[in-house]
Amino acid sequence: MSGANGATKSYDVIVVGAGHNGLVAACYMQRAGLNVLVLERNDYIGGAAVSRSLYPEFTYSNCSYVCSLLRPEIMRQLELPKHGLQIIPYEGGCTMMQDGNHLALYDNHDALRREISRHSKRDAEAYDRYSRDVMRQCKFIKPLLLREPPDPTSFKWRDINELLYIGKRFHNMGEERMYDTVRFWTMSAADFLDEYFESEIVKAHFAGSSIIGTALGPRSPGTAYVLLHHYMGDIDDTVGAWGFARGGMGAVSNALGSSFKASGGTIREAASVSKFLVRNERVVGVALDSGEELYASTVMSNMDVKRTFLETMDAGDLPSEFLDQVRKFKIRGSSGKLNIALDGLPEWTAIPKGSPCTRGDMHITDTLDMMERAYDDWKAGRWSQRPYVDMLIPSQIDPTMAPPGKHYMSVFVQYCPYELADGPWTPEKRKAFGDTVIDAIARQSPNFKSLILHAEIRTPWDIEREVGLTEGNIFQGELTMDQLLFNRPIPGYAQYRAPVRGLYMCGSSTHPGGGVMGAPGHNAAQAVLRDLKKVA
Amino acid sequence: MQAHFDVIIIGAGHNGLVCGALLAKRGKRVLIVEGSAATGGAAGTHEFAPGFRASTAHLLHLMPRALITALGLEQQGLRFAATRMPTTALSAEGNHLSLAADAVAAASPADAAAYPAFTARFTRLAGALRPMLGAPPPRLGTDAWSDRIALLKLGWQVRRLGRRDMRELLRIIGMNAYDLLEDNFSSPLLKGALAFDATLGANLGPRAPGTVLTWLMRQALESADGNTGLAQPVGGMGGLTDALTRAATAAGAEVRTGTRVERVLVADDRVTGVVLGSGESLLAPVVVSNADPKTTFLDLLGPEHLDTGFVRKVDHCRARGVTAKLHLALDRLPAFLNLSQSALKGRLLFSPSMAYLERAFDAPKYGEHSAEPALEITVPTMNDPTLAPSGQHVLSAVIECAPRDLRAGWDGSKDAYQALLLDRLEALAPGLKESVRAVELLTPLDLERRYGNRGGHWHHAELAFDQFLFVRPVPGAAQYATPVQGLFLCGAASHPGGGVVGENGRLAAQAVLAKAV
Amino acid sequence: MSVKETELPHFKQPLLRTPFHNRARELSQHDSFVAWAGYTTVDVFTTPEQEYFAVRNATGVFDLTPMVKYRIKGPAAGRYLNHLVTRDVAKLKVNRVMYTVWCNDNGHILDDGTLFRLGEDEYWLCSAERQIDWLLDAAIGYDVTVEEVTEQVAALAVQGPTSCWILKQLGLAGIEQLKPFDIGRFAVEGVEVMASRTGFTGDLGYEIWMPPDKAEFIWDRLMEAGRLRGIRAIGSQALNAVRIEAGFLMPHYDFVSAESTVRLGRDRSPLELGLDWLVDFKKGHFNGRRALVAEQARGVARRLVGLDVAGNKPAHSALLYTEESGRQEIGFVTSALWSPTCKRNIALAIVNAPHFALGSKVWAEIYLNRELVWERRMVQAEVVEKPFFAPERRRVTPPADR
Repeated sequence: MSGANGATKSYDVIVVGAGHNGLVAACYMQRAGLNVLVLERNDYIGGAAVSRSLYPEFTYSNCSYVCSLLRPEIMRQLELPKHGLQIIPYEGGCTMMQDGNHLALYDNHDALRREISRHSKRDAEAYDRYSRDVMRQCKFIKPLLLREPPDPTSFKWRDINELLYIGKRFHNMGEERMYDTVRFWTMSAADFLDEYFESEIVKAHFAGSSIIGTALGPRSPGTAYVLLHHYMGDIDDTVGAWGFARGGMGAVSNALGSSFKASGGTIREAASVSKFLVRNERVVGVALDSGEELYASTVMSNMDVKRTFLETMDAGDLPSEFLDQVRKFKIRGSSGKLNIALDGLPEWTAIPKGSPCTRGDMHITDTLDMMERAYDDWKAGRWSQRPYVDMLIPSQIDPTMAPPGKHYMSVFVQYCPYELADGPWTPEKRKAFGDTVIDAIARQSPNFKSLILHAEIRTPWDIEREVGLTEGNIFQGELTMDQLLFNRPIPGYAQYRAPVRGLYMCGSSTHPGGGVMGAPGHNAAQAVLRDLKKVA
Repeated sequence: MQAHFDVIIIGAGHNGLVCGALLAKRGKRVLIVEGSAATGGAAGTHEFAPGFRASTAHLLHLMPRALITALGLEQQGLRFAATRMPTTALSAEGNHLSLAADAVAAASPADAAAYPAFTARFTRLAGALRPMLGAPPPRLGTDAWSDRIALLKLGWQVRRLGRRDMRELLRIIGMNAYDLLEDNFSSPLLKGALAFDATLGANLGPRAPGTVLTWLMRQALESADGNTGLAQPVGGMGGLTDALTRAATAAGAEVRTGTRVERVLVADDRVTGVVLGSGESLLAPVVVSNADPKTTFLDLLGPEHLDTGFVRKVDHCRARGVTAKLHLALDRLPAFLNLSQSALKGRLLFSPSMAYLERAFDAPKYGEHSAEPALEITVPTMNDPTLAPSGQHVLSAVIECAPRDLRAGWDGSKDAYQALLLDRLEALAPGLKESVRAVELLTPLDLERRYGNRGGHWHHAELAFDQFLFVRPVPGAAQYATPVQGLFLCGAASHPGGGVVGENGRLAAQAVLAKAV
Repeated sequence: MSVKETELPHFKQPLLRTPFHNRARELSQHDSFVAWAGYTTVDVFTTPEQEYFAVRNATGVFDLTPMVKYRIKGPAAGRYLNHLVTRDVAKLKVNRVMYTVWCNDNGHILDDGTLFRLGEDEYWLCSAERQIDWLLDAAIGYDVTVEEVTEQVAALAVQGPTSCWILKQLGLAGIEQLKPFDIGRFAVEGVEVMASRTGFTGDLGYEIWMPPDKAEFIWDRLMEAGRLRGIRAIGSQALNAVRIEAGFLMPHYDFVSAESTVRLGRDRSPLELGLDWLVDFKKGHFNGRRALVAEQARGVARRLVGLDVAGNKPAHSALLYTEESGRQEIGFVTSALWSPTCKRNIALAIVNAPHFALGSKVWAEIYLNRELVWERRMVQAEVVEKPFFAPERRRVTPPADR
């Protein structure tokens, strides 16, 4: 297969994009005996799972910033710990309120109960029911993550079998929980949380994960699923636990890259693909911006579907109906990000001294109404005037992120539109967006502004430009019912195979979707291996 | 104790009447008890000003032809003043758009080809759901073959569409109307009007996922064979419910109006009858409630007969009314800017864009009414002059959105809201205010007070994915039977849902016949 | 509602301390505390054996403050409770206590506990789990208030053959007149306390309920009063031993609340737990009744029974089989004990139908760690009557002094 000394090396598979899913897929295929080449446009790997040094001595996880969804099976099979990946769990979490109060989340169940009791004694106990119900749903969904979704219109044995598998698992939940599943997959986060909690702050806190990365508000049906989606992770069997990757999110990509290379794979950075080459309705390779052409009978795209099919292929190579569906694929960006180097630890007026709740995700919001209004702003084509903010200071726990005493802060902002109603993004508007966020944080922390050494402000427009995610959508496509499971990304093409033979998709545009989960990469690799009869 | 009746039906709304008529036809001794002085409920016609009559539910378009025939309603006097009423999408500037295909083509060339193609396909997809809307929802997770077969049938109906359409249905069914329309059309007026139909009866703006489902349901029922399209019975909707009442009595059912049911009687975990407001007890082994689930279970039955988990579900059933109704008595025909008189025989929609409609639905989220309401307007007197004194007219408007629980409270706000609505209408039809002789504004709170539906929602339980089919209104009561033997539901909160459909009543009657008596 | 804080905030010291904490710490030779319902309480004071024999031979004192207590008040309180629990609350007279369980819609147990009728329209419900969420939803449509009062009441169980004598010494005049499940009100040097003849030991015993600010005072007087009659503070290990002998169920060991199960088939109905006598099908509707009627008609799939296990090694966590070969698994042990009083190797176990009939023989797979080497034993066990130990003195009124 491989040529001598790499001079005229040929490859079985070319993976376009060294994001985490591309790397996961590449690892699995390489380990199965295929010769895999990964091409990356940037001069660093990782896509949106990167650690970047944009200010001296600081490391930023400047896109994705938490690691919990990454499937443990993948970490184990690809030996990522051996290649340097360490996941450290959060030690808490909190939501700060405008009136100076807060809600903290503590690992210790008794501390947590007493904390929630400060807001509502009833909610403190309803929390147990809530966790149990969420857990039940996660138990149902989790095994589906690493499986290829069946095509419900197909009469193939494999699809029917898979449908039966899902049907059986569903049936085995028992009648009551089946209804719960139907309801939880379709409800709004607000309605879902209303069934458990009475306190606004408790609801607002949990609703946070229902809107992250989505173009919906907490009152939009379907957001309860997004909330569940964020609970799908587990760290060391603690379901729903969130954590940091030591060394920033780039550690995930670097471990994947290292694992890949260790098994004999090749990565080429700064190699931007301009075109998928198609001959006789079959993919044969890729062309680079430089004009160089590389050939392989199997090509896999880690890019989102719009980028893959609308920008990197000739329309003539694809069925028009398929193209039409790709155009309809919803991939609106809704999130912004600030990465901030701090001269010291901010003081939070709302948080009692000594509380470990700052050693996790910190939010600023008060009520579901406030979050919904933030969404209304997005609908109107402006960034939220009172944004939902998800902050993290990983350097409190991870000593590799900043010099001693100094801190790196990741600030995820919901909502921020890709297109503004009043015209394109400009540097001034970007700064104004950043100021809106910094002001919101400064209202909770009097010394915050004085600590800022450097701030990187990223709008969806910037994220698209740098990472290549269309419209800056962090999930490579919205997580709505019409774009989940067998509908993701395109009905009839949910099984990782593109309409052109030999071309595969492995990005978060595919099932089960976004977050640094690795499942799409894993599943896409399995599809290739099955097609090439590398596995039974 | 001896039973006075085989079945007692609480509430003589259209579903209660359908259920009663069908059971009486099967030889059951049926009593229909109605708290108000007249039958019909929200589907009745009432005099809101001397000589002026209006119907709260003002358009008939969802009731299956087969049901009308089966009940012999035409023999009982049902006549149509208008059928297949056209729809005009109003624009504030007077550039109105008729929703007839040729008119759309003329007004918006970009949509010329897309509109008929979309409508045809959408109707086809909706058609696959139609059998489901006319059958009791299956239960999940049981070992009963009837449920499994019902589920398989459901799957088969969808599969029969063929691969392409099936895929499209499975994709769009969970979508929002906004994106679907945005993907297909360019005219804001067209999109705004279609989105209005998609969201009517929901508590969700067009951007909310699930609004395609509500639209599909509407389309499935509206486009059934033999249906009359948008129709207006002679005498208003009361013309229909009067015919239903006559059909019921002709079949031998007894109808008692002005008789309030105080509570449902239970002995040995079985329903035994009802107690009336007068204190009188009426006995029957079966009681069918046309009331909403909260009224039925929490007020009439009482939680002591139910398990707490079930009560919790009933308590969580969402029925937050956001739709108001306005009736105007006019001394002359309203003159809408740039609109032909013949268009007034049809339905006028004022929802000039999806963004406009979305904003209208934003308001109730914060306990506010929309300052810029979306409207569905009819002038019923155009088709049926009997509804007003000679030469005078009635304007009937459905208004989105005004929440039942207005943060400021309705007591101090209703007058201002009424003035706002009249101003909006005046802008569309200059001179209208001058012609107004009387106004009746029914906020969701007024609707609740008048019709007794807790929450003031027209559909008793909001139409949404999580309150649909086997989870409507709540799991455990979705097949018309309830946890208490002998107690059944037949109201709008049961499958297939609200609107003047009548299928709920028919399917409830079927469940009663299968399970009891 | 605010939670009373300990000296340190909850994020530094998550567990609450009972009003007896300082006294308990003085006596606790092992400094062995465990978490119980949000409090820290003593597991072992001296040795589990000494504490066990205090209950069976003299008097053991157990701090049961962490028991979750709800005050249920209002004109509909009785009707509300009758709908909530499986027993007929209408039969509970003022100043009487009943043991009961309550279920969800599926007839699966949410919790067990004791119900105190303190007045015409006032009750206490004492339970193992916090469940205000359920209790309030159950109150929809009832004119009743439900309030957790756990922190407003301190409580001690005073259990054993000399307990009545000691309480008389303490000044609870007339306590000997209390019949099992009676409630009486007394004063100790002017401090009002409530006493009920209840307990979790299956022996003669009382539970004393008092205001938290008088807790240390009562503790001191009680210990003084019992000094000559072998009074001794006991921890949860000893309590667990005596409750197994008495055949009482312990949540988290013998069943888990249906509110907390994630997996299907882990919930338990009262019929499965052998608590049929607590379920009153005749009283009208109550939570779970329809499901329980159906289960009764169907017959239970499994049942919690008492086992007499061969040998003397407690059958902790043992799986049960029909044959020594271990081919067909039919259940598992939930609680096990070598009973020092009965001199029997006893256990509580969940056994599948039809093997739970009295007299059935099953095989238990026991693992023993003997000097760090694990050994597997298959021993025979027989389904026997509960309780394993039920002395006559638990019922006699007035009780003997020792």
